Amino acid sequence: MNPARKRKLTIVLFLLAGVAVAVGLTTYAFRQNINLFYDPTQIAEGEAPVNVRIRAGGMVEEGSVKRDPDSLKVQFRVTDYSSSVTVRYEGILPDLFAEGQGVVATGQLNENREFVASEVLAKHDEQYMPPEVSEALERSAARAREEGREMPQY
Amino acid sequence: MWQFFHKLGSPKWFYGIAGRFMPWLLGFGLLLALAGIVWGLAFAPRDYLQGNSYRIIFIHVPTAFLAQSVYMMMAVAGVITLVWKMKLADVFVRAAAPVGAILTVLALFTGAVWGKPTWGTWWIWDARLTSMLILLFLYLGIIGLAHAYSDEKTAARAVAVLAVVGVVNIPIIKYSVEWWNTLHQPATFKLTEKPTMVPEMWVPLLLAVLGTYLLFGWAALYRMQTEVLRRERRTRWVKELIAAGGGSQLKSRGA
Repeated sequence: MNPARKRKLTIVLFLLAGVAVAVGLTTYAFRQNINLFYDPTQIAEGEAPVNVRIRAGGMVEEGSVKRDPDSLKVQFRVTDYSSSVTVRYEGILPDLFAEGQGVVATGQLNENREFVASEVLAKHDEQYMPPEVSEALERSAARAREEGREMPQY
Repeated sequence: MWQFFHKLGSPKWFYGIAGRFMPWLLGFGLLLALAGIVWGLAFAPRDYLQGNSYRIIFIHVPTAFLAQSVYMMMAVAGVITLVWKMKLADVFVRAAAPVGAILTVLALFTGAVWGKPTWGTWWIWDARLTSMLILLFLYLGIIGLAHAYSDEKTAARAVAVLAVVGVVNIPIIKYSVEWWNTLHQPATFKLTEKPTMVPEMWVPLLLAVLGTYLLFGWAALYRMQTEVLRRERRTRWVKELIAAGGGSQLKSRGA
């Protein structure tokens, strides 16, 4: 490669590296703003502000959903399997909302560290499978539980 | 290899070789993309959780994938423009940018349509969706910049710099779902791992992605041919081509 082109290529590469570092540092500095939600551990550790509109996200804890029979009020716990936070919500939940599924709720933490949500969105995971496969997985998981075996997580 | 690189310097040679590739790209592209989309939309099994609404991935994934791929190709072409001053690289960037912009719009639109029933919202400012929107603005910026200068060389350099600098956004799009908390789910397909989907779902998706690649190749070559003709409009071979009634395939010996 002739020297002039080599010099130009070096300049282009330096330009690219410089921009990459600048963008990297900027996004690193703003990481808490770029993060869409606080997870339950951050809330438990007091990182999330109280009485400020924020989002909280995680998995809906198994067996934690309590619906009020007379209204649309619902209460459930959101967990990241190390901490959990109680969420109160009044309104229609998305179709995909279920125990064991991911959710992202918008609302405020009150003084009792309960999350009062004004909007609940379902978070879908990267698993796609036909219903038969999902049923077969559930059957084998049930069998494994009976026999006291550990099932691999899918 | 180097000979090929040097031959690309000849617009007439490029015009001829592009014309020979285009029918194949269009034919196989349509075949694969239609097979993948029809199979995916009509015959693939439905999802255990989302039912039929997941089927939008057979359009969403190929367009989103290509939108990022096309940008990376444009960045490589931008480096070639800046370092080797190859005119055809600039022709490619100009030809590919509107196609990439349309693919990005399609990816954003299909994602929103899927997001409403699945997440409960059309749009959310999470890192994946926002970085994809930035990609659209980069494409629009490149299109605008390409038409902002009357001098072709200045325009080529400005467009190349923007294309190269903007490529920083591509890893951000790709890894946004891992670096930050987002509503968008992480990638189902990883290059290093076996797909977690059943073959009845990922085979049609793969066909659709390959088909979209080929169709992009066709669209890019077609637009590049047009741009080459515009730039070479005063040369003898273009005048002869027009006198002979046009056609994307050169019939003369030199092609």
